[in-house]
This record gives sequence, structure tokens and C-alpha cells, in this order.
Amino acid sequence: MNNAQIEIQLIAVIVAAACAIPGVFLVLRRMALLSDAISHAILLGIVLAFFVVQDLTSPFLIIAAAATGLLTVYLVEMLNRSKLVREDAAIGLVFPVLFSIGVILISRFAGDVHLDIDAVLLGELAFAPFSRFEIAGTDLGPRALWLMGGILIINLTLIIVFFKELKLVSFDPGLASALGVSPVAIHYLLMSQVSVTAVGAFDAVGSVLVVALMIAPPATAYLLTDSLPRMIVYSVLIGMAGALSGYWVAHSLDVSIAGCMAGMSGVLFAVAFALAPRRGLLAQALRRRRQKWEFAIAMLVIHLFTHEDLPEAESECRVDHLTEHLAWSESFARQVVERTVDSDSAVLEGPLLRLTDSGRAMAREAIVSWAPQG
Amino acid sequence: MSLFEVLQSLISDYTIRTVALGSATLGIVSGALGAFAVLRRQSLLGDAISHTALPGVALAFLLTGSRLPLTLMIGAGIAGWIGTLAVMAIVRRSRIKQDSALGMVLAVFFGIGLVLMTYVQRTPDAGKAGLDKFLFGQASTLMTRDVWTMGSIAGVALIVLFLFWKEFKLLAFDQEFGTSMGFPMRIIDILLTTLLVAAIIVGLQTVGVVLMSAMVVAPAAAARQWTDRLGLMVVLSALFGALAGVSGAVLSSLTDRLPTGPTIVLCISAVVLLSFLFAPNRGLVYNWLHGFRKRRNLAMDSVLLDLLELADQHGSRRHPHSPDALRSMSGNPLAVDKTLAELHQLGWVVRTEPGLWRLTAEGELQANRRLQELEVTR
Repeated sequence: MNNAQIEIQLIAVIVAAACAIPGVFLVLRRMALLSDAISHAILLGIVLAFFVVQDLTSPFLIIAAAATGLLTVYLVEMLNRSKLVREDAAIGLVFPVLFSIGVILISRFAGDVHLDIDAVLLGELAFAPFSRFEIAGTDLGPRALWLMGGILIINLTLIIVFFKELKLVSFDPGLASALGVSPVAIHYLLMSQVSVTAVGAFDAVGSVLVVALMIAPPATAYLLTDSLPRMIVYSVLIGMAGALSGYWVAHSLDVSIAGCMAGMSGVLFAVAFALAPRRGLLAQALRRRRQKWEFAIAMLVIHLFTHEDLPEAESECRVDHLTEHLAWSESFARQVVERTVDSDSAVLEGPLLRLTDSGRAMAREAIVSWAPQG
Repeated sequence: MSLFEVLQSLISDYTIRTVALGSATLGIVSGALGAFAVLRRQSLLGDAISHTALPGVALAFLLTGSRLPLTLMIGAGIAGWIGTLAVMAIVRRSRIKQDSALGMVLAVFFGIGLVLMTYVQRTPDAGKAGLDKFLFGQASTLMTRDVWTMGSIAGVALIVLFLFWKEFKLLAFDQEFGTSMGFPMRIIDILLTTLLVAAIIVGLQTVGVVLMSAMVVAPAAAARQWTDRLGLMVVLSALFGALAGVSGAVLSSLTDRLPTGPTIVLCISAVVLLSFLFAPNRGLVYNWLHGFRKRRNLAMDSVLLDLLELADQHGSRRHPHSPDALRSMSGNPLAVDKTLAELHQLGWVVRTEPGLWRLTAEGELQANRRLQELEVTR
């Protein structure tokens, strides 16, 4: 690995971590698509600020772009409040307008500068090390590294300082305002974070892939844990893993790094979606299978329990009667009987099934727990 | 170029005519199907579908080596459809909500699409393969053949929409009722979504993947302001879509360095803005005027009733009163003079001497009528 490669990976990892932190709250608050809107709309802010200051590295660009991000959020809310359209349509109306104006301005007036449309949409991480941060002629490393590092630190600080408020507003906005925490203030705090992060990440990964880095790792983490602090940590780690693996896939195929980072975050999500303990597809299928047998065994012991020691027990408690009484197929009935006998809940005496003590206890318990409450 | 010349070139100029036909087609079909997306609160599904189409376009080119729009559209359609199913599966089978699922699928597929695009660009015979125009659209590259392809897909989509009108209406307004009536609502849902996918791929070449979502949301959002009837809304939405599509596309192909997709988006957004402002019953200006008129009527009623009350207290209907007395009774003293002037114009009050007012016979009639109305509602 040469120096540039290390720098690119560092930037990728830091971008991913910085994006994942506000992303957690976007996912929890069901506002994921606002990140899509913001990341598109900030283009207009960048372009307008660029026309004024004529310098792509000016911090003024970041301020203007973040302001456009907040403007987007405000416009969406205003439209939503006017009741003319619902929130989803409001988002879908606002950001295309701002983005379109930005794109038209670029192609009309700024065609020759570095600000071209491809870079806006796709970013180019591979070029990030070329733009250096220098003080008094000393090279301190890539500019993007400093910028995103700063944003990451700000995001971390804000999350730690306002953790309680963010948590409260995300899970119970009503209680939050009753306790004197303004949901609106916290909302705009979070949206400012999303805007600033999106602007910073814009250069490196482009406007669409910011969305992938903000949403996919938190969504993946959401499948793995129920604790908010853990979800934040997992999101950051998953984002970093996606960034690093994405970099190496891109390196070996010689394709877009940002695209691969997004792709790998998708792959990580797919793995969690399929295999997550408790919530993954596999775990769901296994649980359903286990429940099917548990239920069938419970049905059988309850059936035996209600008929045992009664005159009709001779006919009711026969194995071959189960197909009729419980509407089970013959092979299914045979398997249930086998499992019931294996679990020592009943014993087979010729054609008849007889409950054991533990089977009787199980039946009683099942009847009590399934009985209608009250 | 004057308006007349533009109209003339619409008919005579081959390129302009093709562009106009193509963009009208895409506007109609995305407008019509967008109406359902907006009503079902799935406005942003269009965003997801159009972004997920990108890897499909790139893969279709990689696999077949063909740049035929039909091939690329089929690729886009399959990818968009898979993306949609992925969103549905994620929402159904995990606790991830719709918004996160949409955002993630959109961005991840788009990322994969970019990877494939950069890969395509490196293959020797590709050059840029004209694939990049799928990002922002380029109406001027439309050819008659493309318009035929778009028209056929759009036609089939609209016919299916017409055939299953009742079912789709049910889906949009009361899905549970549909289920209880025995309609296979999930299949109908998938069918409608498939039509939306078709509508979106029709527009990709002209508007581009990034902004195609606006063509799904905006015409419908505008049409919604003008009517409460589904049929009319779909027709209006298609009309708005076609109008914006044609004007945007023609404008962009006549102007240098004006990308088509963004231009169309600005056109349709102008329609949306006008609708938000001026639509009857819902528009902001309408509501403002309505509120203004209401406030004025209220002010007039209260002054009338106050005058009647004063007259009763003095035992004579002919007794005039000063505006000061009325001001002290009014909830909005500042408006009393203006209201008196308005009532005067109607001939309901009259000034007996400078600064003193009383009801006319007509005014007394009106005031008594208001009084009765108030008592009835009480």
C-alpha cells in the first residue's frame, strides 16, 4: 500500500463513520428520505456560494450548502403543514426543484470548472488525496481528511452532549415536549448535522451515495440490537467495514470507489437481513418451524389430557384417531407423536397414547396460558 | 425565436417533433400512474425505482452489447422491479420502515449502477456508450424508433390501467375493504407497481434517473389540487405531465447547454406552484380570499347587530349612533369605520348627520334575519 491508498482508506472510513452517526436517528425517526432530499438540495447552495466566492475550498461553501439543506427541511415542513400535499409528496416536490436549479446553473455557467455534474453525483474519492491541507507551506495531509475528521468530531460531540434529548425525541416526542425538551430544536439540530455531514461527504462520495452511507449501516445495526448506544457503535463499525471492503473491491476491479462502498453497505445489510440472530430471515424461519412443532405437541397433550380417564379414552387417545380429530395428515401426526414421546410427555402403549406426569403438567400449563384472560 | 416559430417547428422540424412526441408520451404515462403513487403515499417509490434502474441499464449493455433503447429499457425495468420487490420484502420481513428501505435500496442500487458504469466505460468498444445520458436525460437524442418504443410501453401500461381501473381505485382508497371483498390485493399492488416501473423507464432516456421521480410526484400533486375525483385527477395529471414534458424538452433542445431533465422539472414545478396558489377550494390564494370574505361578512354582521341592539336600547329605530359607541361594542374596533362604509354602500345603514349612523329599513330587515339565524344555531 502506498501513501495515497492509505489516505483514501482513512478518508473513506472517516466519511462512513461521520455519516452513520446522524443516520441512526434518521432511521429511528423514519426520516431517512430527508437525507436524500438534503443531499440533493445542497448542490444549489454549493453552486451559489461558488459563484460568489469563486473558490471551491472556501468554508463559505459549506455554510451556504448547510443552509440550503435546512431550507429544504423547512420547505418540506411548510408544504406538509399547508395540507396541500402529504409529507412524502412534499419531499418529492422540493428537492428536485432545488437540485434542478443547481444542475442548470452548473451546466450554463460553470461548465469549465471542476464543478461538473458527474463529480456532484458520484464524487471521486480517488482524487481526494490531491487536494492538500497546508499551513505556511507545510503539508498536513489531505483536505478531505481534516474536513471530515472535524465533522466526525462535531457529530460525536453533539451525540454525546445531546444523547438524552435525542433519545427522548426519537422515541417519545410527546413526553419530550412535556419534559421541556423541544422536539423542533432537536429536529433542526439533527438536520443541521445531516446537512453539514452531507456537504462534507459530497466531495468524496457524491450526493446519492451519501444516502447509502447514512441509511444502510444504521438499518443493518437496527436488525442486530435493541439498545441505542449499541446501535450507534454498530452503525459506525458496519459503515467502516463497508467502506474498507468497498475500497478493496473497487481497487481490484478498478471501478468507482464510492459506488463500491455503497454496494458493500448493501451487501452487509443483505447478510444481516438474512442471518441476523433473532431478526434475520433464517432465524425467523427456524423460530416458525420450532413454534409449529411446539404448538402441535401442545395440541396433542391437551387432547390427551381432556380425554384421559374418561370412557371414550379408548377411542380418542388412539394414534390413528388424531388424523380425524385434529385434522392432521398421517405423516404429520406420526411425527408429532414421535416428538411427543421423545420429549417424555407421553408414552405409547400399543395403539394408545398415555400422558406422563410431565405431559400432564405441560397440558395444564398450556390450557392456563392460552385461556382467554379475565 | 418567437412562439409562432416554435409552434411551427413543432410541426415541421423532425427533431423537435420527435422530442415533443416522446416527452408528451412520458408526461402522460408518468402523470397518470403518478396519481396513484401520490394518493397511496408512495411518492418516493418513483425515486427509488428510477435510481434502481441504473444498474439494469448498465447490465443490459454489458450483457448484450446493444445500445437499443428497448434493450436498455428492459434492463432498467427488470432492475427497477427487483428494487421495488426488495423494498417490499424488507418492509414485510423486518422491522425496517418504508423510508429507510426506500432510501437504502435507492442508494445501494445506484452505487452498484455507478460501479457497472465505470466498468462499462473501460471496455474497449464502449466509449461512453451513451449511457451517461441516462443520468440527466437528453431529449435531443430521441429518435423516431425510440418514440415508438416509448409509445408502445406507455400504451400497454395505460390499457392495463384502464382495464383494472376499479381494482386500482380500491387499492388506492380502501385496501382492507378490497381484501374483505376477496380481491387479491397483493397481486393488484404488484401489478400497479409494475405499471409504475413501466412509466418510469419510459421517461428515463429523456428525463434521466435522478429526476424522473419528480415526473411521478409533481403532475399528480398539481392535479390533486384541482379535483376530488380520481378519474379527473388522473386525466389532469397526465395533461400536466405532457405539458411540462413537451415545453421542457423543446426548450432544452432549442437552447445550448440546458439539460433536459432539470428543465422539465422546473416546468412541472411551475405548474405545481400555480396549482398550489390558485386552485379553487384548496389553493392558497383561494383560501386567503375566502378567509378575507368571511372576516368581512363577520365584521358587517356584528356592526349590524350592534346597531340593532343600540336602537332597541333607545326604543327607537330611528335613533342614530356614533361610531365611538359601535367601537366600544366591537371585537375589532379598528375595522368599524370601514365596515360602516361597506354597509352604507349596500344601503343598509345611513348617515343622518356628520358622524352619526342608523339602520335603514333594509338594514333592519337584514339585522333581524342575522339575529334569527343566530338563535336557530343556538
